Amino acid sequence: MTATAERQAARVPRAPARRKQPLADRESFLAKAFLLPSVVYIVALVGVPFFLAIGFSFSDVTSGDPSFNWVGLRNYRAIFHDPVFWRSLSNTVIFTVVSMVLIVVLGKVLANILVAEFRGKWFVRLAVLLPWATPVALSAIAWLWLLDNVFSPIDWMLRQIGYLGPGQDMYWLGKPGLAMTSVIAVHVWRLVPLAAVIVMAGLVSIPKDIDDAAKVDGAGFWRRMFGVTIPLTLPVIAVAGLFGAILTFTDMAVVYVLTRGGPTNSTQVLASWAFFTGIQGGDVGQGAAIALFLFPLLLAAAIAILRSVRRAETL
Amino acid sequence: MADVVEVRELRKEFAGGGRSGAVHAIDGVDLATEPGEYLVLLGPSGCGKTTLLRTIAGLEEPSSGEVLIGGHVVNGLPPRARKIAMVFQSYALYPHKTVLKNITFPLKAAKMPADKQRERVEWATGLLGIEHLLSRRPRQLSGGERQRVALARALVREPRVFLLDEPLSNLDAKLRAIARDELKRFQQRVGTTTIYVTHDQAEAMGLGDRIAVMQAGQVRQLGRPVDVYDDPADTFVATFIGSPPMNLVPRGSRLVGFRPEHLLPIENVPGGERVAMPFRIERVEYLSGDRHVYGTVTGIGDETRVIARLPSTVGTPISSDEVHDFAVPAHRLRFFDADSGLRTEPIPIGAAP
Repeated sequence: MTATAERQAARVPRAPARRKQPLADRESFLAKAFLLPSVVYIVALVGVPFFLAIGFSFSDVTSGDPSFNWVGLRNYRAIFHDPVFWRSLSNTVIFTVVSMVLIVVLGKVLANILVAEFRGKWFVRLAVLLPWATPVALSAIAWLWLLDNVFSPIDWMLRQIGYLGPGQDMYWLGKPGLAMTSVIAVHVWRLVPLAAVIVMAGLVSIPKDIDDAAKVDGAGFWRRMFGVTIPLTLPVIAVAGLFGAILTFTDMAVVYVLTRGGPTNSTQVLASWAFFTGIQGGDVGQGAAIALFLFPLLLAAAIAILRSVRRAETL
Repeated sequence: MADVVEVRELRKEFAGGGRSGAVHAIDGVDLATEPGEYLVLLGPSGCGKTTLLRTIAGLEEPSSGEVLIGGHVVNGLPPRARKIAMVFQSYALYPHKTVLKNITFPLKAAKMPADKQRERVEWATGLLGIEHLLSRRPRQLSGGERQRVALARALVREPRVFLLDEPLSNLDAKLRAIARDELKRFQQRVGTTTIYVTHDQAEAMGLGDRIAVMQAGQVRQLGRPVDVYDDPADTFVATFIGSPPMNLVPRGSRLVGFRPEHLLPIENVPGGERVAMPFRIERVEYLSGDRHVYGTVTGIGDETRVIARLPSTVGTPISSDEVHDFAVPAHRLRFFDADSGLRTEPIPIGAAP
């Protein structure tokens, strides 16, 4: 008897259900509707410029004469014969590798501080995240003042402790090696908080039992760190490294504000050199050719790091 | 050779969330094991048993009081200096290491030479029968295998004390019974002092040389399984241990307690020293050979719902909605203070007060 009643109850609402399903319930429609904005965004702001750049790199387009004439590999030949291009390329690689290593190591250290329990933790967290939250142009200008050739407060402090004699200056941005160091330092300062937050997410995902087990098993701080914590967080550390590398590789704001690539191109990177050649110099074709060199290197770096992530995940 | 673990006046407070103030996870515990003993900490969740174990391990610092291992105060010493081994409820195997590397991890931490390490691993894995698993990773193991690996990792460097935190609760019921038996035999073979935390009374009764029953951060009773079952120190122990729990019948300022298996049809209780009571039967459950009889008793105190457990050897026909004369042997009655719940001297029970 109950079975019959149930069957009847199930039959009742069937008829009107199909025809008038509201738009908001149709997943096939919703999927497309929600994906569309990001597809438009990527095509318009990434895809079109990318193929435009490839086209420009084979043309003689300049800001004075935007007409498109095919010139084949002329732009590439020109940049290969330009020592500044090679300088920029090697600077970019040094800049990226050194920054990435420092970002990952310091990010891990900062992440350890962020997960620790102590009084005033909220303040430290705020202070750590501030560099990332500050717009890069603003913070780079603050650093420009800090590293000023004449009025640098850092020099003043060095003079106070006696490292520099009176009237002596470091010329942070004026000497080739020191300028590169300064650019890297500012960049690391800016990106370490991001890496720290990413690594922190990995650290808190390790079950507490595992760390406790390692303590009971007799492992000290360093053995726990290198034997347990780092292997378990390797995938997220790799992601932090990937972000650090890509954001460093493609960045020109720090170089542009601090040194404009100088002195004598010693801090010139691909992104800034492409900008100076293509936009400020007006040779759009050559600028595009330079900028395209960012692409294969970035692609290779992304593939390499994502591969190592996959390997770590299949443990 | 076996070491003694002792805690004195141990207290542990956690800062409470919000306005509630501090939480007393351990509230004045005095406890000492015998050398080589299997001591079980038994209690409901939140009674402080795991915190007590973690405090002995050195993973928590006590707010006050002392922890002694082998006669030395170990307060303030990190876990690795205490030479203890612990098996966690989750087993906490290192997921990125093979079974072999999991087991050798404590030996490497102790900087043991490689040939000695191999010897120890062979011994521990042989004892637990897991030699064939050495090259696997934890996630390729079943629950029972993980438990053995965790045990091997704990065993391998010959700790002074084993601390086990509900190591069987992640196993299914059948495996748990087998693992329980193995655990006991294994501890008897190794002879290391063991402290075992569980909320499962069957595990506690089966494994423990002695059981410490805990509630609200305090040890309510410490004794052999037979003591805590037959002579509970208070109504908490009386009702926490035993399934179904001890029946408690209010009588004036006292509670009269008796185990369900001692409440039998009167013809099954030998004459002489027995206390009879009419039992109005409401419901009968037939559970693996025993009959659990639910109903109310009158005559020895207030009318109270109780449970009787009749073994299969008692054939008396019983059906619901009838009143039957039941009785309890007089020496099986236990008396508790109605206010404090503590054991009191027996009072004479004849007719109703």
